[in-house]
Amino acid sequence: MLAFLSSQPVQTALIVGTCAALVSALIGVFTVLRGNAFAGHALADVSSAGGAASFLLGISPLLGFLGMAWIAAFGMEFLGVRKARERDLATGVVLGAGLGLSALFLYLDVTTTSTTGATVSVMFGSLFAISRGLIWPAILAVLAVFSLVGVFYRPLILTAVDPDLATLRGVSPRWMGLLQLLVLGLAVAVCALAIGAVLATALLIGPAGAAIRLSRRPGQAIVWAMLFALAAVWVGIWMAYESYYWFSGNAWPVSFFVVVLIFVFYVLAMLGSAQHRKLRRGAATALPGLQES
Amino acid sequence: MFSSFMINTWIAGTAIALVAAFVGYFVVIRRSAFAAHALPLGAFPGAAAANLLGVNPFVGLLVFVGMGVLLLRQLARMGRRDVATGLLLVLFLGMGALFLSMTNEYAPEVFSLLFGEMLGVSKADLWPILGICAVVSVLMITIYRPLLLDSSFPDLAALKGIPAARMDLLFLSLLALVTASALPVVGAFLVFTLLVGPPAAAQALSTHPLRSLLLAVIFAEGSIWLAIALSYWSNWPIGFFVGMIGAGLFNLARSYRSWSQRQRGAKLLAIS
Repeated sequence: MLAFLSSQPVQTALIVGTCAALVSALIGVFTVLRGNAFAGHALADVSSAGGAASFLLGISPLLGFLGMAWIAAFGMEFLGVRKARERDLATGVVLGAGLGLSALFLYLDVTTTSTTGATVSVMFGSLFAISRGLIWPAILAVLAVFSLVGVFYRPLILTAVDPDLATLRGVSPRWMGLLQLLVLGLAVAVCALAIGAVLATALLIGPAGAAIRLSRRPGQAIVWAMLFALAAVWVGIWMAYESYYWFSGNAWPVSFFVVVLIFVFYVLAMLGSAQHRKLRRGAATALPGLQES
Repeated sequence: MFSSFMINTWIAGTAIALVAAFVGYFVVIRRSAFAAHALPLGAFPGAAAANLLGVNPFVGLLVFVGMGVLLLRQLARMGRRDVATGLLLVLFLGMGALFLSMTNEYAPEVFSLLFGEMLGVSKADLWPILGICAVVSVLMITIYRPLLLDSSFPDLAALKGIPAARMDLLFLSLLALVTASALPVVGAFLVFTLLVGPPAAAQALSTHPLRSLLLAVIFAEGSIWLAIALSYWSNWPIGFFVGMIGAGLFNLARSYRSWSQRQRGAKLLAIS
């Protein structure tokens, strides 16, 4: 355990991973409540083009992910699809264009800058290979997200749960939508840096999806989501570190472990809540006086 | 451009675009864009595993895409469909990353499976692709009417005794077959664009089923031919062109529709 904690790549991985877990849990609850799982996923996928471009431009990958996530977010908003029927299609088309761009940038990365590992690290992440210089930007992004959500917590929740009621209460849906996209972009960038752009979805919707099954109250759900996300990231990093010894020198990727753990948590939460509901219903039929609250 | 090593690509591309347009049309009217995005990514580890075990890639692709269909239906029955779909997709992607990390040719392999490899169609691959496309076309023609009814008016279809659950499974299986045949050429990420882009553009121009379907086929063939040609000339990845042409088509069709609607509105105003 000591060797594990004193290794520098592991320390960096733990810090960046913790950042990703915290923001994704917070933003994930809003995303899942609003039924925006596909949009969140599309945003993460498209941000890969930014990650790929950052190698070409020689800028920080975090900036690359963030820039592209914001462009895509505002692009989707700008396409201005109000009808739910067309929203999925427009999202899909933006997604296709973004991934096409990412194909081009990754190809140019390999041919012009000879960074052969770019495809893997942008798409699937390489948490143990993140440079230490990215720790502070990642922490800053987390602080920005937490303070923005902290200030606008109530209107954000209200817009996510019941947009009509929020409008009645004088909350501007346009500003809240914009704010939501802004923080979603930040969260996507940190997650993409940690476990890769196409796997970032796991952190963004998995812990939140599991948490919402366990608690209907947003505040509680956020706490549950953070617990799930932190457990998945920390245990995942530890397992990936140890897997070097388990498979005689062939370490398995960190992102793989994180994704599998999140999936297991989600399935467990689903089974747990189904069981719970069944028990409650059983109790209600056995004691007719006892009604479900 | 039409030299011997490119012929397989042209034949495979044409066949794939045809069935992709058929199935994609139903993806659009059934609103299952997320499933159409998730299944190709679910098939991706299949190709990676086949590569690792040294078996035919189509075996791996079909096994994994089949698993994807079953799991998708199981998870959808249990909870929020979008979250379940998203998580499943990421789980499969993670597995693909794992399998690929075990092989020696990690990076180039990842790239061609995700973003397509134009020269990836060998003579041995061509027959499975054509076979799958033939099966899909025959099935599609057989179930065209009930599937259309089930997709546009589910209530009416149920009234006529068309089982919705079986239709859903059939549709997902067709989607899976198309995915398995298209993935080696255009890549796991861009199968989705090929499926959704042309039919979505066609749908914006015409809502009449057969006319829209025909337009979708024309758009799909046009975009894949253009993508192959551009990729051949520029040496850039085919996935880039497929993605860009898909987005361009969709935007053009939508702007044309809103322009023609405005024209009609102006004419009506002038008459009254």
